[in-house]
Amino acid sequence: MGRRVLVTGLGTFWGGRVAQALEADPDVDVIIGLDREEPSVKLERTEYVRSDENYSILARIVKATRVDTIIHTFLIVDSTQMSGRTLHEINVIGTMNLFAAASTPESTVRSVVVKSSALVYGAAPEDPVWCREDHRRKAPARSRVERSLMEVEGYVRDFAVDNPHVSVSLLRFSNVVGRDITTPLTKALQLPLVPSVFGFDPRIQFVHEDDVVRAMLFVLGEDVPGIFNVAGDGLLPWSEVARICGKRTFAMPFVGTNLAAAPLRRIGVDLPSELIEVLKYGRGIDNRRLKQAGFTYDYTSAGAVEAFAETVRLRRTVGAEPAYRYEEDVETFFRHSPAVVRQQGDGG
Amino acid sequence: MKTKGALVPVSLPPPAEEPEPLPDPRRSDVDEWGRSQHMRELAHRVYQPIYDNWFRVEWEGLERVPTEGGALLVANHAGAVPSDAPAIMHGIETELGRPVYGLADHFFKGAPVVGTLWARNGGVVAHPDNAYRLLREQDQLVLVFPEGSKGTAKTYSERYRLRRFGRGGFVEIAMRAGVPIVPIAVVGAEESMPILFKLPSMARALGVPYFPVTANMLALGPLGVLAYFPAKFKLKVLDPVTFDVPPDQPRYSRSRIMDASEAIRQQIQEALHEMLKKRRSIWFG
Repeated sequence: MGRRVLVTGLGTFWGGRVAQALEADPDVDVIIGLDREEPSVKLERTEYVRSDENYSILARIVKATRVDTIIHTFLIVDSTQMSGRTLHEINVIGTMNLFAAASTPESTVRSVVVKSSALVYGAAPEDPVWCREDHRRKAPARSRVERSLMEVEGYVRDFAVDNPHVSVSLLRFSNVVGRDITTPLTKALQLPLVPSVFGFDPRIQFVHEDDVVRAMLFVLGEDVPGIFNVAGDGLLPWSEVARICGKRTFAMPFVGTNLAAAPLRRIGVDLPSELIEVLKYGRGIDNRRLKQAGFTYDYTSAGAVEAFAETVRLRRTVGAEPAYRYEEDVETFFRHSPAVVRQQGDGG
Repeated sequence: MKTKGALVPVSLPPPAEEPEPLPDPRRSDVDEWGRSQHMRELAHRVYQPIYDNWFRVEWEGLERVPTEGGALLVANHAGAVPSDAPAIMHGIETELGRPVYGLADHFFKGAPVVGTLWARNGGVVAHPDNAYRLLREQDQLVLVFPEGSKGTAKTYSERYRLRRFGRGGFVEIAMRAGVPIVPIAVVGAEESMPILFKLPSMARALGVPYFPVTANMLALGPLGVLAYFPAKFKLKVLDPVTFDVPPDQPRYSRSRIMDASEAIRQQIQEALHEMLKKRRSIWFG
């Protein structure tokens, strides 16, 4: 019998990507995607279930579908997307309910993958150049998103301790760049002049979006529990990142940087305080534990930035690809109607 | 059945054979520590005349610095704005042709401009993980001043009297990394920028470790912050210290660490006394 997988945050970038990748895997029998919003990528056989961000219906879904695997991608790491309150609801309360539903006595869940972020390490002058998975930050988290992710990781740890029969993998991702993803940093890198902080040229690490999805599927397939950093090899000075993208930098003052960054919000580039810290002090995470487990990256930090820069150049010339639109009636028809002729191995 | 739970990873298999290196389109030579060889060479060119003509640096026993493999260089620290670190790093880099990474307080990293220049020239935040990786995994030379800011903050009346060597962390790192410690005694840095007295209230207001009033400031005004007196520098590399303990242990005996730390401190202190006995002039050596 194949796997029965539940993906949280199907409508988000990561949930959709992971579901797409899972569909290609013949060992996966059932994929159920949960979200408040409709998927934004084309999916063949993933079942979409609408829920609120607190997963109040989750216990019933787990029971009814007997899923054995949960991929928790619905953790917001970009605090510019929403208010602090919503972020707290999604990250902390959502995770709490998810694990409550997954740890009922009759739960069939046997493996869990959680997509966290290197934000939990923070970025401070006293940090080592490379943070290992067991690194404990000295300075308390000040930004809301960092605090919420640390709380989330607390729930993940508790769940792992309380459910020793479940294989729990917690992945911490570095700054993601790639063909499709939009983050505050990718927006900043597309400005005519890239913002930096005066007097600082920190070394920053990147990971390509494809490596992110591959890493999640890797820990799922190989069944390697534990905490893993996921980031490309190498650290790049921010000025060099800008140079790979063909840009120059302009310096924001080093005192009151948050205030100076505020006008950028007007042109759609919001640099939250947790990223300003990165633009001052940089952050490197040691990716060797996941490599030791057998994972191989497709991109280095510089390679990921280069891939991003190439996409931007292409998009500037030929324009963006037409976006996918989810139409519920059509999707339901294609998936469930007996009139649709299905080929073998097509799922459904 | 594998043991699971509590986020403890299963025992991992040994890494497979080395895969093909990935394309890595770098545009600068800044390494993972922030050091740039290009920048370093530029600094060498600027500093060489000062090294030769101002401080007239003289080395003794430079052959005791290993030409390959990791080693932890340990020296006494002095001068309100330390003049010993550039002299040691410049001397070894130009003579031996291998980079030296200087460990220092994270205070520097937090300072704009200074922090970046410091990192490009081989400065690294003094964190045990950084030191271990440099020494054990990358076989580099690492320079550390165990006195820290206690050494540079001492006034002129206390010159050449070594402060406490921290908590012996440098010995523990050398043990864990399995590298020798190479002690270096520096004469001259104390007189290049002597501190007359300190202003603690100014230090608090500016958020700096200490605020010195130096003889240079009295002589030259604000310019004295950057201008050193032309004291004659003499550096003596002492016998390397090795430890017969296995590397990579989670803990080392605290008493052994403290004994070794104190012995190295003593070794440098005695060498300083010897050198000072023979010194006829502060300015001409």
